Amino acid sequence: MSKVIIIDDEPLARSVVREYLQQHPKLEILQECGDGFEGLKAIQQHQPDLVFLDIQMPKITGFEMLELLDQPPAVIFTTAFDEFAIKAFEAHAVDYLLKPFNQERFDKAIAKWVDTRSSAPEKNTLELLESASLSPSQRQRIVVRNGSKIKIISAQDVWFLEAADDYVKIHTQEGYFLKNKTMTHFERSLDEQQFVRSHRSYIVNVQQITRIDPYEKDNHVAVLRSGAKVPVSRSGYAKLKEVLGL
Amino acid sequence: MAQSPLAVIKFKIIFIACWLIIAADHIMLLHYFGLSWSSAAVDAGISNVLLLLACLLVMIVLRYYLPRGQQYINVLALCILLTITWLLLSKWILNWLLGDQAGYTELFHHSLSIRFSLAFLLLGFITMVSILWYSQLEQKEQEERKKDAEKLAREAELFKLRQQLQPHFLFNSLNSINALIGSRPQEARKMVQQLSDFLRGTIKKEETQWVSLGEELQYLQLYLDIEKVRFGNRLATQTGIDEAALELKLPALLLQPIVENAIKFGLYDTIGETVIQLSATKEDRYLVIKVRNPFDPETSSPRQGTGFGLKSVQRRLYLLFARNDLVTTEAEENIFITMVRIPQS
Repeated sequence: MSKVIIIDDEPLARSVVREYLQQHPKLEILQECGDGFEGLKAIQQHQPDLVFLDIQMPKITGFEMLELLDQPPAVIFTTAFDEFAIKAFEAHAVDYLLKPFNQERFDKAIAKWVDTRSSAPEKNTLELLESASLSPSQRQRIVVRNGSKIKIISAQDVWFLEAADDYVKIHTQEGYFLKNKTMTHFERSLDEQQFVRSHRSYIVNVQQITRIDPYEKDNHVAVLRSGAKVPVSRSGYAKLKEVLGL
Repeated sequence: MAQSPLAVIKFKIIFIACWLIIAADHIMLLHYFGLSWSSAAVDAGISNVLLLLACLLVMIVLRYYLPRGQQYINVLALCILLTITWLLLSKWILNWLLGDQAGYTELFHHSLSIRFSLAFLLLGFITMVSILWYSQLEQKEQEERKKDAEKLAREAELFKLRQQLQPHFLFNSLNSINALIGSRPQEARKMVQQLSDFLRGTIKKEETQWVSLGEELQYLQLYLDIEKVRFGNRLATQTGIDEAALELKLPALLLQPIVENAIKFGLYDTIGETVIQLSATKEDRYLVIKVRNPFDPETSSPRQGTGFGLKSVQRRLYLLFARNDLVTTEAEENIFITMVRIPQS
């Protein structure tokens, strides 16, 4: 018996998946969720083998929800037309179902999942997230998990990012939040006109900078509106100057 | 083809009159220098007819070939060449006709430079006038073409904006129908009907781009019914429409993208039931429509909440009224308000 969770904000869309799943008695639906928050809880609680996931959902998108999981499960996306997302799927997802889809296409996706189960589906999902995070909506905000709470940080509210071992510290007015990602990930996914890698371990929001002071030999330090100071390396200084048009 | 200036009667008369005056002057001048009236008349006639031909030639050339930039030098060369040709030709003809008259050959010889200068000036003047005339015509034509092209582009853009449809909406609706077919076929049939009516509305090539608010609301209801099937209990709507506003006019299909934007913003930014409020009032000479949707001020700044729907509405109103201040948005606590004002003629 394999455990399945369906996450979609439209009840009728969930009912289609439920109906098609009747043809697969070995798959058991543990829960149906109407948004990413519920979905996150359900996945953490049940550790499902397979998740049917919509992308455009209230509050956080399907992609953002997956990002919050340490061990993302195998996912079959169900979505309406979305050009960007399709590109991401083609490379890495177990499969994606374009709404509306029929039983035959659905069965195929299940078969594909059964096939890829032996290989590492988690890796696929992680790769998928990496490419999906480049979609426009994800450039404007960062979703983090803070204990059991989910926090959506608007990109403009971010002061700067700081590397911390396997995590990245996201500094804001309310303190910092941790996200299990690399600096390179943020450098690529955030708007490069607003966020500049000023240092190997720092990415700074240029809109927060009030001035840049020299600091020791060859180095600089960016002073933010909040008074926080962010190290700027030599190459970082060159990048900052370019973005700020100096 | 551009019309020649001589095709205008007024100019033709002026042209002929000027020429008669020049010819008369020519005769008197030659008589003054001692030529007989008849000889002076022959000289003036031959010279001026030939010069007239040269002028007409210049005008015809310029009608088909307008110089640009560096090519003005060609026109100058043409004028000089024509003047020399004219001088040689008139000298040859006049010498043949009047060469036996006493002193005529000498007189002609003496007046050579004056003849050349006068002819060149006249030819140059005609050339300049022609160039001005034809370039002004060309400019006018170009402006008209540009105006036509702009009008076409504007109409095409308006048409496109009118029938702008979010593919998400269409595919998700089809998915809902797909779900209903299995469980509740009667409802599926009803939704197919609603979706068809809605789509028919969007592709209708309106001869009347303006509809009354009452009509627009009927059309909007189709859309809302479909969305309510899709989102179930999560979506509720409230409307408050003034009686006086019902007859006011607005561009067809303007309301739906505004409401669609509010629904998307409301539904995707909050959890639980979303109430979309729609109100319409008559204020001075405006139809004022307000759409309210809830949003979460913590996670989304209202600026980001606008999106394609409102941009296209703004663009449409700009194309129709040349005003950018007709769509405004504001946030009151956790309610986002989109206000559209439509001027009434």
